[in-house]
Amino acid sequence: MGIARLDLPFERLPAPLPMWHARVDRAQWLAAAGSVAQSGGRLVALWGAEKMGSEELGSDSNFSIRAAYAAERGLYWIELALEGAQAPYPDLAHLFPYAGRMQRAVFDLLGLEAEGAEDRRPWLNHGAWPADWWPLRRTSERAPAPQPLQDYPFVRVEGDGVHEIAVGPVHAGTIEPGHFRFSVVGEKVLRLEERLGYTHKGIERRFLELPALQGHRLAGRVAGDSTVAFAWAWCMALESALGWEVPARAAWLRALLLERERVASHLNDLGFLGNDAALGFGLAQFSRLREDWLRASNEVYGHRLMMDAVVPGGVAADLDTRALERLRRQCDAIEPEVRTLEAIYESHAGLQDRFATTGTVTHELALRLGLIGLAGRASGVGADLRCDQPWPPYAGLQVQRAVQRGGDVAARVAVRFQETFESLRLIRLLCEGLPEGLARIDIAPPTGPAFGAGWVEGWRGEVFVALELGPGGAVQRCHCHDPSWQNWPVLEHAVIGNIVPDFPLINKSFNLDYSGHDL
Amino acid sequence: MWKILRQIAKAGIPSEAPPFATEAGEDAAIVRIRQEILDILGQALAIRQVDAGSCNGCELEINALTNPYYNLEGLGIKFVASPRHADMLLVTGPVTRNMETALRRTYEATPEPRLVVAVGDCACDGGIFGESYASCGGVAKVLPVDVRVPGCPPAPLEIMRGILAAVRRRK
Repeated sequence: MGIARLDLPFERLPAPLPMWHARVDRAQWLAAAGSVAQSGGRLVALWGAEKMGSEELGSDSNFSIRAAYAAERGLYWIELALEGAQAPYPDLAHLFPYAGRMQRAVFDLLGLEAEGAEDRRPWLNHGAWPADWWPLRRTSERAPAPQPLQDYPFVRVEGDGVHEIAVGPVHAGTIEPGHFRFSVVGEKVLRLEERLGYTHKGIERRFLELPALQGHRLAGRVAGDSTVAFAWAWCMALESALGWEVPARAAWLRALLLERERVASHLNDLGFLGNDAALGFGLAQFSRLREDWLRASNEVYGHRLMMDAVVPGGVAADLDTRALERLRRQCDAIEPEVRTLEAIYESHAGLQDRFATTGTVTHELALRLGLIGLAGRASGVGADLRCDQPWPPYAGLQVQRAVQRGGDVAARVAVRFQETFESLRLIRLLCEGLPEGLARIDIAPPTGPAFGAGWVEGWRGEVFVALELGPGGAVQRCHCHDPSWQNWPVLEHAVIGNIVPDFPLINKSFNLDYSGHDL
Repeated sequence: MWKILRQIAKAGIPSEAPPFATEAGEDAAIVRIRQEILDILGQALAIRQVDAGSCNGCELEINALTNPYYNLEGLGIKFVASPRHADMLLVTGPVTRNMETALRRTYEATPEPRLVVAVGDCACDGGIFGESYASCGGVAKVLPVDVRVPGCPPAPLEIMRGILAAVRRRK
């Protein structure tokens, strides 16, 4: 039985995608989780909050736990009020394995505990702040004095010839920091355990200090490589909270930015994937194409990564016909080159030997562990908001879903090629059919309590933002969710049985986010 | 193989003049920068990049620095995998409290002259993230910084200028 038929008090949020909100009791919370898990839906995000006033929740406590599910007809944001900070909430990790880390993060930030959760190790708090001080509590006004970091109890693998390899947080390449603990026999990986949180910089608390109309700038820096996706999701959440609808032209221009971000990322990854399999030629060629791409963004938007291009009410700058022609032509220039490189990648025996059957996540495993986004589509999990939900401007563009079944590095490379070509097609359509009208409407600063949500298919997968405004329109809670939360745990499974030297290649083929995850 | 060769020939050499290539022309500037690095360091400049908590925007632009347009290695500058092989640390991000120790240890593992270049607004002064329970703020709060490169993120050429400026300061 689906969540929509559970008779929960859902109200639709004013937003371009179908999103519903409901406050529920404990029994309803459990019923909702169970029905989503059973009907093949997914947990999108899990977060907690402490509210200012208590009347609204009809309870003595200001604490609540929230879940966002994707099921049947859209997204369902459900809130469960808790009796107090000490009152635990029902554990979701037995239904959705990736909920475990989210629950640990909820505890580190707010001190709310999941009842009977198996893994209670800290996740974001490495010891830098006291275990009984919670950054998102209202009473936690002043930051505590810095403390020395603490050791993390990794799971030990024992047996003949088993040894550990510790990697990070400072990695050998120019990438983000995280720690990987491998348990290996010879070259073969028996187990990988990740430890993240190194780039935790207090973003969710920082949101509370910024005026609501400035939040999109911070959202655009949750993850630099997904700046458009997060800024769009944030603006959608604000517009949803205030009941604004952006003009069609603005929605089209946002999609144009989002597809350009997808192409820029895929070009980058395709180059590095070639390089990680010892084909330096691939990196040289793709990084050249990416540079051309970023320079065009700089010309047209005034920023190579298109930061701050999406703003509340629309986009920062409208494009004239010259700019649109420039972007459309670039698709024509780049496409034949990418096709040539695709043919070279596909016929290169050495490359295919490294790509095929490496880091495999079977379809069954992907479903069980909740793999989503680009990596999910490479394992036959086809979810893609651009195809699944009727929202402007994607509804009229017939986006082709890129799906592979192999689940290995080769499949994730193939999905990137397919999506690059599809995004080039979409960019042409967006440039040619751009509707007339305003590219931005003025949004008055919010003046009172409201809440809204944003949900966007970034290049990595679905990005979600839940925004709550309090008295005077100040940001009271803002939760940003990156799809890497779902996919990081799956990487641990993908490397089992592979050799250590293939890890960089497997890791790159997922290219998960540290900053967007750690916040 | 012929497909690869054809693509290489077709793409040509896109490398551009480095910054400071003004009066004497591009080739002369490359020779001069290379010679300067040799005079000051006695070897090619080896850089260890450390992300101390950035949003990864700066990493994207530092990676772009190694693409054929900027031809960084042609100037005698390379990125290395270990701080023990490095002359310079290129640090990005506000330094998170969770990365502070790792950054200090990386610095301690780097042999002299261990130049430090702070790349991006966050590395300069904490940027939009500022100082908080989780962020120490700019790199200078943790390490002595030789050169700051502002920008969010700074373009590759700005980063290259910052690297060269840091080397020159040790003349």
